[in-house]
Amino acid sequence: MSSESPVHGHEEVISSHVHAGHEVHHHHHHEESFVSKYVFSQDHKMIAKQFLITGMIWAVIGGLFSVLFRLQLGYPEMTFPILEDIFGKWAAGGRISNDFYYSLVTMHGTILVFFVLTAGLSGTFANLLIPLQIGARDMASPMLNMLSYWFFFLASIIMFSSLFLQSGPASGGWTIYPPLSALGQATEGSKLGMDFWLVSMAMFIVSSLLGGLNYISTILNMRTKGMSMTRMPLTIWAIFFTAVLGVLSFPVLLSGAILLLFDRNLGTSFYLSEIVVKGEILPNEGGSPILFQHLFWFLGHPEVYIILLPAMGMVSEVLSVNSRKPIFGYLAMVGSLFAICILAFLVWAHHMFVTGLNPFLGAFFVLLTLLIAVPSAIKVFNWLTTLWRGNLRLTPGMLFSIGFVSLFISGGLTGIFLGNSTLDIHLHDTYFVVAHFHIVMGVASMFGMFAGVYHWFPKMYGRFMNNTLAYIHFWVTLAGAYLIFWPMHYSGLAGMPRRYTDYSNWHSFNMFQDMSRFISSVAMVVFAVQLLFIFNFFYSIFKGRRVTSTNPWGANTLEWTTPVNPGHGNWPGEIPEVHRWAYDYGKDGRDFISQTEPVGADESKH
Amino acid sequence: MATAQAQLDTKWWSGGKSPFNVEYGKLMMWYFLMSDAFTFGAFLISYGTIRFSQNYWPDPNHVFNAFPGAGHANLPLAFVSLMTFILIISSVTMVLAVHAGHHMDKKGVIKWMAWTIVGGFAFLACQAWEWTHLITGHHAVLIDGKIQEIGTTVTHNPWGPYVPNLLHNGEPVSTTGPVAFGGYFFGITGFHGFHVFSGVVINIIMLLMTINGVFDRKGHYQMIEKAGLYWHFVDLVWVFVFLCFYLI
Repeated sequence: MSSESPVHGHEEVISSHVHAGHEVHHHHHHEESFVSKYVFSQDHKMIAKQFLITGMIWAVIGGLFSVLFRLQLGYPEMTFPILEDIFGKWAAGGRISNDFYYSLVTMHGTILVFFVLTAGLSGTFANLLIPLQIGARDMASPMLNMLSYWFFFLASIIMFSSLFLQSGPASGGWTIYPPLSALGQATEGSKLGMDFWLVSMAMFIVSSLLGGLNYISTILNMRTKGMSMTRMPLTIWAIFFTAVLGVLSFPVLLSGAILLLFDRNLGTSFYLSEIVVKGEILPNEGGSPILFQHLFWFLGHPEVYIILLPAMGMVSEVLSVNSRKPIFGYLAMVGSLFAICILAFLVWAHHMFVTGLNPFLGAFFVLLTLLIAVPSAIKVFNWLTTLWRGNLRLTPGMLFSIGFVSLFISGGLTGIFLGNSTLDIHLHDTYFVVAHFHIVMGVASMFGMFAGVYHWFPKMYGRFMNNTLAYIHFWVTLAGAYLIFWPMHYSGLAGMPRRYTDYSNWHSFNMFQDMSRFISSVAMVVFAVQLLFIFNFFYSIFKGRRVTSTNPWGANTLEWTTPVNPGHGNWPGEIPEVHRWAYDYGKDGRDFISQTEPVGADESKH
Repeated sequence: MATAQAQLDTKWWSGGKSPFNVEYGKLMMWYFLMSDAFTFGAFLISYGTIRFSQNYWPDPNHVFNAFPGAGHANLPLAFVSLMTFILIISSVTMVLAVHAGHHMDKKGVIKWMAWTIVGGFAFLACQAWEWTHLITGHHAVLIDGKIQEIGTTVTHNPWGPYVPNLLHNGEPVSTTGPVAFGGYFFGITGFHGFHVFSGVVINIIMLLMTINGVFDRKGHYQMIEKAGLYWHFVDLVWVFVFLCFYLI
């Protein structure tokens, strides 16, 4: 193999006969039209921005939905005539109807889980960081990368259209369990809205597949010279495992969704058996709704790690850079990511402890679930020891990373409660579950995403975001997240179930009414602060403080060796060669040593 | 130190080269196939769980015993064996096309790709006949105390156990069988057929590109290899479909 292969302007570093199919995307020196630069762009950095901004639009929609249903939960006895003006029959008399409430929670979950924290998070940072941090001019296939965004866009259009259907969007919960989701006669939301949901998700799965294949191939095949796997920043490791999870778990959801589409539209009985709806006896027999739950959660559980791992990777990177210390236990970090990736496939039935799962089988899933605490604890330990006695720079990205660690601990601990099948009998489907997954998966991953946006904004737009607004954003969001979700643990432990619109006549739980009102108030404040973030983001794109040096954070990784506003191709000259790992901070009396610097003869070992 | 550095440069995983010595497209194809295998795996496992939760399942030797032009002769699995044979032969011709591509033999590639496409179409034609035969081939079934003639669809299954001592036009009368049979049969063989169809489309595009000399200009026939990977995968999946629906 050509170990001496020269790295010049428009060549890949890949040896001659394997880069053969690759000449297609070396046209960054051509003049680009508006359409090819901003719309159908094949530049990974532009695609990352497209994913990010689409994700932000979705986040506002999904967040707004939560404000609406919190309004109902916090003030069940009040009427808001303006809601009727806007939503018509869905809020007749100024009260959110039951169907509308279920649609809101379903779409809130779907949007936040898939469109924001999967596409918005992985799509943004995998695209932005993989080529920049491994030293490649672009993704392995820029074309498929572009298609990945446009399939996501198509999925978005379909899902968005479903909001305007006469019968409303899907309303069976983001897990769309049949038989409810399979039978249009059962509820309004199971009519056309459910078909839109399934078709949209099929498009989303195609997008995720195209993206994931690209991320894996790029990371394995296109690392620059010297960038061995164990020299990669942890962001790239995390994104790699995320992509593997996605490529292997989403197809199973696709199978489940196709069978559900058949049950809905072709009269098959994959999930249906012996059902009576509104006095009508259905002919379906022999199917099993539990089968769908298995297919769904075989994706659904890896999905929570698809959401969490990129956040973990970015947090590891941001913590190390802003502690001016090497990440503690690099290989343990990689190993625990790997362990989480494997275990993610072996725990899905812990979502099904109360669906009639054999308790004997449940015991194994309890064991495997609790095993995840081990790699998770390793990661937390390593983050804390990275911070320990570090020279902390409390940038907004750093604050959000520390916030991530805090939330991951808080939410992770309640996971140990829920992973026990016996405790789960009491806690299943209560607000305890809501609190758990919002803290550990929802808010924590959002924090990882915010950390990433604040930290890499200078790379994306050549400007900084406003720090004052960022600090307000951080403190209000962190305090808000705990104020919203901490109290839910108490009502959950008391047995208060999810998915009810009004508890005021339920004597067991109406004592939580004041608490619920408090939660709703905080939720609105937190939502308002997210709008502040969005304002900061777009304002800073145009008016933010300019980045004047190529490496504003003093970081070691390769993205900071590119120009402030890198063109398509990332490095104007040769792709730099890598000589060391990404975490030589505070070594031999030097603040940081870039990965591109050769190892000196008298350098100490780490 | 210098020698250590030189050693690092020759390592497969040290960056600057593909650790598998393949270009990205082939790598992507392998990962795509892995992903697709999970899709089929999920289908087949679903089929297995539902099938074995039923009290009764039709005997494939009894359901699949027809052959085009053979009338009512009882030829269990003869036709599906022919289908399988056709698909496997098309895999062989695909291997020969890839082999010809390695030798930059344009004529050979054209010849063997053309045969592979013929094989793909032949398989699809066989599947179309089999589906038509199942859907339109009516059998006497005792439903709600009345004898009805029904075919195999996703909502009806005439392949239940026979009603003892009951003949209709000289043929035994059965009860209805599990509807999951048709659902899974048409669902999974349909999904596989869709893969075969897309494979045929890909192969036609490859054939046209070969005829137009695209690969000669590129200097290699790697895209034929990638199409070949997909085609062999579709073939391999059929082996499992064949096993699960016809043999077990």
